[in-house]
This record gives sequence, structure tokens and C-alpha cells, in this order.
Amino acid sequence: MTDSALAHEHAHPGVKAYVLVAVILFTLTALEVLAFEIVDRGSPAGLAAVLAPVVVAVLLVLSAAKFALVAMFYMHLKQDSTLFSGLFVFPIFVAAILIAALLAMFSYMLSLF
Amino acid sequence: MSHDTAHALHPPTTTGLDNRKLAIWTFIGSEVMFFSALIGTYLVYKGKSVVGPFPHEEWTSPTGEHFEHIFEIPLVTFGTAVLLFSSFFVVLALAGAQRGNRKMLIGWLSATVVAGLFFVGMQVYEFSHFMDKGLGYTTNLFGSTFYTLTGFHGAHVTVGLIWLGTLLILSLRGKIPPEKALNLELAALYWHFVDVVWIVIFPVVYLMK
Repeated sequence: MTDSALAHEHAHPGVKAYVLVAVILFTLTALEVLAFEIVDRGSPAGLAAVLAPVVVAVLLVLSAAKFALVAMFYMHLKQDSTLFSGLFVFPIFVAAILIAALLAMFSYMLSLF
Repeated sequence: MSHDTAHALHPPTTTGLDNRKLAIWTFIGSEVMFFSALIGTYLVYKGKSVVGPFPHEEWTSPTGEHFEHIFEIPLVTFGTAVLLFSSFFVVLALAGAQRGNRKMLIGWLSATVVAGLFFVGMQVYEFSHFMDKGLGYTTNLFGSTFYTLTGFHGAHVTVGLIWLGTLLILSLRGKIPPEKALNLELAALYWHFVDVVWIVIFPVVYLMK
């Protein structure tokens, strides 16, 4: 690998990229709260009726997008070694399985009573 | 590539990575499991409280005592935005440290600490307000799981504040030159981690009914 290629691999994003990510994070947070408020107030009625059945999925997608943006750009996983990404992402997969298993197990146990 | 350049870019370790950075990522990986247990427990008991007060609904006890809903979404939204901005501030402080720009380092690191202090203050106010509304730690399942999850997160923010505050004092004394920027990068990684945990907690706890 050449010097410049190696240096590029390790280079962190610039200030412009950080500002852009901050704006996107702020916008996604505003969208999360907006989705919640529309469903909570039931207004506008048409939009609330459409959003209500999918609001949890919408919130999870927006949250995952924010999580990924911070991890990739602010935590520099996009530029750093893939070993660091592995150390972070593997426990997230295990955690997701753990939470799904816990929910399934408790749901089953409660159905017995 | 010269030997010196290669040495500067890759520390002389078996992985070619800095051991301190590897250690903080391993620690963060273990913290993912810690918070997943707390978030999983909160979700398992979500909506299972048999007595109020409740997060989103009003409640009247059998003795006729009336309880308001607990959550104040505008306040928490503002706290969430401040914590997100603190992550932005700390990457700018790190950029300043790496470029040897002391003014940029101190300015943005100070902003990060102020934002972190605001978030912890918001949480202390929120907890005392919830106590006033009748939600104690053992009042119901919601109280126990809510205080445990958000309390542990707040404790992590406090640890991050102590770490960043220490680095701010060191930077004011001129003890964080560019070659020691990794010291700030490690603290910044921890700080971003507490931020991403809140990115999950905010919708799961506050916005999902």
C-alpha cells in the first residue's frame, strides 16, 4: 500500500462532513418526535391513521439511521480498522437476539397464566 | 513507503492497531451487552405495571388519588438534541487536537462538557419531577425498569463528563499536543457510545407507547 493510500485509509472526515451529519441527526430526531406527536394527538387525522400502525417501525428505522451515522462518522468506523467494527457490531447482533429471545420467552410464559 | 512512515501509521503491535484503542472498543462491546440487558428488561416489563403512575396515561388509584402522566416529551427532546450536539462538539475538539489547534480544542471541548452537564442536569430535574408526581423506584414495574435503565445511562454520562473534564484541564495546561490526541479520541469514543445508547433509549422508552 502506498503512503497516500495508507494515509487516506486512516484519515477522519472533515469539519464539513461532521456538520452535515449533525444536521441530519437533528432532522431525524425532529422527524421521530413529529411522528410521535402526530399519532399521539391524532392530528392531522388522515396522517395519524396511516402512521399509527407503523409508528414503532418508523421510530426504529430513524433510530437505527442515527445510530449508524454516529458510529460510522463520529466514531470513525467507516475509516478505521474493520476489527473495531467487528468488536462493536458483533455484540449488537448478539444483543438483538438476546432481546428478541427475552421478549419471546416472557410472552410465552405470560400466555401460560 | 519509508520504515518511519509505516511505524508512525501502524503501532508495533501484533494487530498493527493501537492497543489502547483496541481496549476501548472491546470495553464498548461489553457495554453494548450491558445496556442490551437493561433495554431488554425494560421492554419485557413494558406495559405490565398494575398500578400507576404510568408514562403516557393518567391514572386514578382505588382510593381516588389522581396521577398525571409522567413523561415530559419536549424537555427530553431538548436534552436529546443537546446530547447529540455534544457528540458533534467532541469530534470538532478532536479535530482541533489532531491539528494542534489549541483554541479549537479548548473551545469545543468546553462546549462538550457544558452540553454534558446540561444533559445530566436535565436528568436530575426529570427524576425529581417524577418523584414529585408519585413515581418512586419501587412504585411499579415501570418505575423500577425506567430508573434502572436511565439511571445507569446517566451514571455513564457522568463518568464521561469526569473523563472529558480532566482532559479539558490538561488541554488548558497545554498537555494535549497533536501526538497525544489519541487520549482525547479514546474519551470521545466512550462519549459517542453513551450518545448512541441514548439514541436507542429515547424512542424505545419515551416515544413508543
